[in-house]
Amino acid sequence: MRPQKHGIKSSSFVKFLYIAPFMLSLAVFAYFPLYGWIYAFFDYTPPIPLSQSPFVGFKWFHSLVENKVKIDQLLQVIKNTFGMSGLSLLFSWLPMIFAIFLTEIKAVRFRKFIQTVTTLPNFISWVLVYSLAFTMFSSEGIINGLLSQLGATDSPILFLQKSDHVWITMWMWITWKTLGWAAILYIAAIMGIDDSLYEAAHVDGATRMQIIRHVVLPSMLPTYFVLLMLQIASFLNNGLEQYFVFQNAFNKETIQVLDLYVFNLAMSGGSYSVSVAISMLKSLISVVLLFSVNGLSKLLRGESIV
Amino acid sequence: MSDKSTELAPTETIRTGRPAREAKFQTSMTDKMISVLIYMMFSLFAFICVFPFYSIIINTISANDISARGDIIFYPKGIHFQNYLDVFKIPGLLNAAVISVGRTVIGTSLTVGASAFLGFMFTQEDMWRRKFWYRFTVITMFFNAGIIPWYLTMRTLNLTNNFLAYVLPTIVAPFFIILVKTFVESTPKELQHAASIDGAGLLTLFFKVMLPICKPILATVAIFAAVDQWNAFQDTLLLVTDSNLYSLQFILYNYINQASSLSTMVNLQNAGSTAMASLATKQTTTSIRMTVTIIVVAPILLVYPIFQRFFVKGIMIGAVKG
Repeated sequence: MRPQKHGIKSSSFVKFLYIAPFMLSLAVFAYFPLYGWIYAFFDYTPPIPLSQSPFVGFKWFHSLVENKVKIDQLLQVIKNTFGMSGLSLLFSWLPMIFAIFLTEIKAVRFRKFIQTVTTLPNFISWVLVYSLAFTMFSSEGIINGLLSQLGATDSPILFLQKSDHVWITMWMWITWKTLGWAAILYIAAIMGIDDSLYEAAHVDGATRMQIIRHVVLPSMLPTYFVLLMLQIASFLNNGLEQYFVFQNAFNKETIQVLDLYVFNLAMSGGSYSVSVAISMLKSLISVVLLFSVNGLSKLLRGESIV
Repeated sequence: MSDKSTELAPTETIRTGRPAREAKFQTSMTDKMISVLIYMMFSLFAFICVFPFYSIIINTISANDISARGDIIFYPKGIHFQNYLDVFKIPGLLNAAVISVGRTVIGTSLTVGASAFLGFMFTQEDMWRRKFWYRFTVITMFFNAGIIPWYLTMRTLNLTNNFLAYVLPTIVAPFFIILVKTFVESTPKELQHAASIDGAGLLTLFFKVMLPICKPILATVAIFAAVDQWNAFQDTLLLVTDSNLYSLQFILYNYINQASSLSTMVNLQNAGSTAMASLATKQTTTSIRMTVTIIVVAPILLVYPIFQRFFVKGIMIGAVKG
């Protein structure tokens, strides 16, 4: 906008100065925590400050695999992580099916009602989900009340204390919470299909299922692919909240995913250094995964996802 | 739930597109059966989504002794609202409500302001190293150090047991910045040019020209940010031990595990007051827990149906870009 070369330079730097405070805040809250990885190389036990803690090199990384008990424990956690992430990955097509069938509904009001109602759970916190779960499924909960009134059970079923099927119940809660919301992107993809495609299919005498198979489904695949890649990239990141709130003494063994394990180690066990070591490995593997799926996307679709 | 609020973007496609398509299908017997099946499945899933909320609400307004027997299933019995008055006798609940509302209002304002400004600034092509700083921002969506390193850093910064820990880290939010930037890029460039020619400086351009135009997308950002703030739990769990800073979410989590002592306490308080609590209004473990749950979820239940289209718009723009 301004002709002189000198002028452009200074004004462009002034523009940077406007955003500089925000970049600083980002550096502090998003990049500076990387410095926290240094704890993995020290024998840090609070309240002794890091500066007085002895440097131990890779001791904690070795300690993760030093004896059978620890290996078994870590393996169980990894198994849980793979189990729960794997289940989500296995059923990652559910929102797509949800969207296909929802858009098949012709009564507009009914469709919108369903959409509003099924996206609602996405916006409540995991603590609230747990509270609902507790109210419905605890020993004095509504479901047990109903069952005992019907005479179906003699003693309450302890749904929430069970250690078996935890992966599946956790997956079911995730699905309950996010299915409707996840379908929105696919619904948008379906709404964006050119009418002429439908007309052509109809002229060719396609049945309803054939139209779904050959017109609707292909239109959603690009979205599905991108979301699938992102899901793979965050395979190790189950998040903490859901598993933390649902965790109890009975299901601890099968509910501990990496994020929860790391949290428990540090916040209830006080083993900050080991916890940071695992955290660090997890982050590094996640980055490798992200670059891999990004590369895969470039290879298959010719465009990157991040 | 007005029609308008639940509509998907782009409106035109839906309005003109769907009816034309539907007219083309001949409905055969199997088609009808499939339709019935679809309706039933969706009705069932919708029921599963709503019933927990409904069930808890009718239990909180029913007589507590009937509720405790498990007799409230589809409609309330012995309606009263004493529970909602009683829960505020629990020490800390009112304070937690203030904290939650406070962090939502302050946090949302800061996030919206920063997202608007940064989203606008990142469209300024002549900014020094614009591309680098944009990447510097966006990459944090995909990568983080992990919660424990983050916790240790926050402790180093003295942000434990500090209200600022709720609102400072969320100021720069990459996803919201992308939303605003995409929106600004979709507005005509001539607008900014014209304003510059008229002698408007950068800040005038932002406050007088861009902010008013960006209102729709900022509404979307605000609603997302507010829900995030209201629902936040992890930061309290990691950073706060001072009960004066507990949020409603955190206090609810505690109540789920210790509601029995609370109900005894509230009942003792009521017994001391003039009217002896009747069985119908006597607090039980469950009545306390359910009532607090409804208080915590109420803002979402009230706000969500009204603003649903903002949420949908947000995810659409994000998807185009992401």
